[in-house]
Amino acid sequence: MTGMPILSIIIFFPLVGAFLLLFIPRQRDFAIKSTALFFSVIEFFLSLPLFFLFDDTKKGMQFVEKRSWFPEWGINYFLGIDGISLLLILLTTFLTVLCVLCSWNDIKIKVKEYYVSFLFLETAMIGTLCALDLVLFYIFWELMLVPMYLLIGVWGGPRRIYAALKFFLYTMAGSVLMLLAIFVLYYLYFKEKGVFTFNVLELYHAHVPISLQYILFSAFALSFAIKVPMFPFHTWLPDAHTEAPTAGSVILAGVLLKMGTYGFLRFAIPLFPKAAFDAVPLISILAIIGIIYGAIVSMMQPDLKRLIAFSSVSHLGYVMLGMFAFNMQGVEGSIYQMLNHGISTGGLFLLVGMIYERRHTRMISDFGGLSSVMPVYAIFFMIVTLSSIALPGTNGFVGEFLILLGAFKAKKLYGILGATGVILGAVYMLWMFQRVMFGVIKHEENRQLKDLCGREVFILSCIVFFIVFMGVYPKVFFKKMDVTVHEFLNFVKERNAYYASTEDPQKLSSIIKLRGER
Amino acid sequence: MDVKFPVDELILIAPEIILCGFGLLLLLIEVFLKTKSKSFLGILTLVSAGSALVFVLKLSSFSTDLFFGLYSLDSLGSLTKGLILVMLILVVIMSLRYVEREEVISGEYYPLLLFSTLGMMIMVSSKNLLTIFVGLELMSLSIYILVGLFRDNLKAAEASLKYFLLGAFASAFLVYGIALLYGSTGSLDIKGYLEVIAKGDTSTVLIIGVALIAVGFAFKIALVPFHMWTPDVYEGAPTSITAFMAAGVKSAAFVTFLRVFYTAFLPLIKQWGDILWLLAVITMSYANLTALVQQNIKRMLAYSSIAHAGYILVAFVTGEKILSSSIIYYLVAYTFMNVGAFSCVILMGRKGEENLDIDSYAGLSARHPFVAFCLTIFLLSLTGVPPLAGFMAKFYVFSTAIKAGYVWLAIIGVLNSVVAAYYYLRVIMYMYFRDPVKEIGRIDLSPSYILVSLICIFFLIYTGILPRELMLLAEGAVSVFF
Repeated sequence: MTGMPILSIIIFFPLVGAFLLLFIPRQRDFAIKSTALFFSVIEFFLSLPLFFLFDDTKKGMQFVEKRSWFPEWGINYFLGIDGISLLLILLTTFLTVLCVLCSWNDIKIKVKEYYVSFLFLETAMIGTLCALDLVLFYIFWELMLVPMYLLIGVWGGPRRIYAALKFFLYTMAGSVLMLLAIFVLYYLYFKEKGVFTFNVLELYHAHVPISLQYILFSAFALSFAIKVPMFPFHTWLPDAHTEAPTAGSVILAGVLLKMGTYGFLRFAIPLFPKAAFDAVPLISILAIIGIIYGAIVSMMQPDLKRLIAFSSVSHLGYVMLGMFAFNMQGVEGSIYQMLNHGISTGGLFLLVGMIYERRHTRMISDFGGLSSVMPVYAIFFMIVTLSSIALPGTNGFVGEFLILLGAFKAKKLYGILGATGVILGAVYMLWMFQRVMFGVIKHEENRQLKDLCGREVFILSCIVFFIVFMGVYPKVFFKKMDVTVHEFLNFVKERNAYYASTEDPQKLSSIIKLRGER
Repeated sequence: MDVKFPVDELILIAPEIILCGFGLLLLLIEVFLKTKSKSFLGILTLVSAGSALVFVLKLSSFSTDLFFGLYSLDSLGSLTKGLILVMLILVVIMSLRYVEREEVISGEYYPLLLFSTLGMMIMVSSKNLLTIFVGLELMSLSIYILVGLFRDNLKAAEASLKYFLLGAFASAFLVYGIALLYGSTGSLDIKGYLEVIAKGDTSTVLIIGVALIAVGFAFKIALVPFHMWTPDVYEGAPTSITAFMAAGVKSAAFVTFLRVFYTAFLPLIKQWGDILWLLAVITMSYANLTALVQQNIKRMLAYSSIAHAGYILVAFVTGEKILSSSIIYYLVAYTFMNVGAFSCVILMGRKGEENLDIDSYAGLSARHPFVAFCLTIFLLSLTGVPPLAGFMAKFYVFSTAIKAGYVWLAIIGVLNSVVAAYYYLRVIMYMYFRDPVKEIGRIDLSPSYILVSLICIFFLIYTGILPRELMLLAEGAVSVFF
């Protein structure tokens, strides 16, 4: 498969779809929807070969494509994926299909623009995950903002305008500083090696003075932390999630937030390892605050979507905690948790969207006793809820367990504090479930609610399939990322030791020891 | 002294001669033109601009001084002249319809456009301060009249008078500065100053002269605090002229500013680093903060144009010759986004009812999705969203600032662009997220505006994704400083 630019095809295929959609007359809703569905399904099948052709024994990037773009400046069209981005790309293409399906009846105005934005967004997301050139990455990264801004602002809830602007400005403020940090790194590398390059794999080997590393790491970390979002940069998230249309929330929770954590793994940590290691206490504590704070706040939310939004803050806290444990369990668990969160939180948003379509309210107090009216819905809701709580046998358990294991190994206190989040998670999710599903029906409107239709059952079955599959047989996925994560950890540890040795020559011996282990 | 006029050099200024000749010709034709066919003059203007552009392209490989050093032909001048002519062509295409709609007196409109373009071209291709001044005055005087072409409109009259009075002041500053420079060095050629300054004998008179010249240019470029005229004039002028000013005058003045200071006064830029630094920060911040609260879209774009001048000044401040190519790139990108944005603004209106307040844009996407889409592209490019040319321009300018070590300036600059994102997005928000609040009636959806919009969009996307050619051109242009 070396000859075929498979990544480029996967990136730009949705864009072709978006372009074709422009030529379908506005009135023909059905044609527009089915074209969008067609493109997203084909896109999913196009991305599947990646999974099977991906060689999980090889180190480094695969499916690499490199074309010169602006050689004088060292900007290249440089794509490639490893075990981390592979799984996230699959998650993206998978969730996009579900999103197109779930918007089928939900979106009634400006249908064409909606699907155009969606496919455009898919291009930007996959591009961000594949880009190995910092400029290319930044372009895709910023490009994600525009369609998401439109998705929230045009098809969102009552406070959509506020939420859309807040989302855009918050993320942009973070990313422009990252852009400056990229420039600093670029000129630094030029001074050191005499080559202009934005190639991230080469920049990994730049020697960044430690004091500068702190500054650059902060700039990158700020940008990614806003996207994740880590406490205290999370305030845009509840608004954006609550106001976005269902599919928007799904893709926002499922993929866009992962861009932040992915950014840490791909850029912030390996580029500035010393700063990253020194930031471990700070980030771990912020992550733990996020876990507990998110859980407590979501307990008190009257609105289902807001509740799930705050639970995202909590879940993403786990991801960050695991990542900054810097051991196999922690990092793998963290990547696994990214996927889990995409599946189960995405599932929860889908479920809330379905009930919202029927009742046009998301207030918990408006429901109660739904399980007797909508038994199928209740079953699906239960499974997804349990996955979000991380019940053994579901995907959530694998991720959270590994993260906590990693955190314990790194520092016991982090593990203990992080584990309290598991309890709190069970509290807010189960309490919510109880209030929505059980008890007597208090509102007359709820008696006539129809149970799920075939399309909805299909969407949720896909989610449940992965919840169970990833819960009982995680090995399939871990196998893909084992080598990558191992290499990642070795690399950052070695670089960290190298930087530490520049401070203190005696530590040089530790590098030699590390090299010996490899 | 027997001086022979170098006739053979005339061919090298063919573009200027064409514009001048056509300008005079159009004035004559208008008198004898019996029919009321106004587009005839417009088409002749297009022909002249087009043929001038062809000559500029043909002559772009020449690099020489003409007429005893009073005029020069070089890559910087050629690129800018090309840009100005393309801008003129776009504005004239827009005007074909706009003149008809607003019943502008076309017999004066088109010749004045040509004359002011001629002024710009003279300005950017001379190393002699007197020639520069003549060009600047030719440009300015024509534009003073163009701004006030709607005689019955109070705002236009106010704008024209205001612009004229303040502009005259600025010209006075400039010419006084030139006089002081001449007095202290005995030279009008900007290369002559370099030797004087390099020797280090900088008298107070010389410094004052340079400062006065800087003020004169700062006025034309509209840097804070010399910007007071901009919002009123941009608002009051016919919209096509606003586009012409925002794109053309700014580019021409900035390139001349660049040429004068980077050729002659580079050591002074380093000395004045702090002042220019502050000027850039104030310009960006003040303009962006003021633009936040504008309800009139022309005023908003006026403040945004001031802010963009601030971004360009960020690159200017660095005083690195090689990096000044980012200024050229920015000006090119800026020209296209602005002309495009104004073409959308024009087509929203009708005779006597321009629909300039932001409420008119509410719900535009539902009624005119294409117009909304075009304007969105221009606004996103102004915001600096990739992959549009506006992003590459900002990318280039801020990377320049970082390279030259102006980190704080770059940080303030990018944060300003986030502030700016708010007011650009606000228009997009009105177009897409809001329901219409008032009936604006039929909009003036004429092919001439659409053509301009499409050209601009194509250019913005093309140079945004493949910036290489233009950046190399810009780098070639600033090679004149070496």
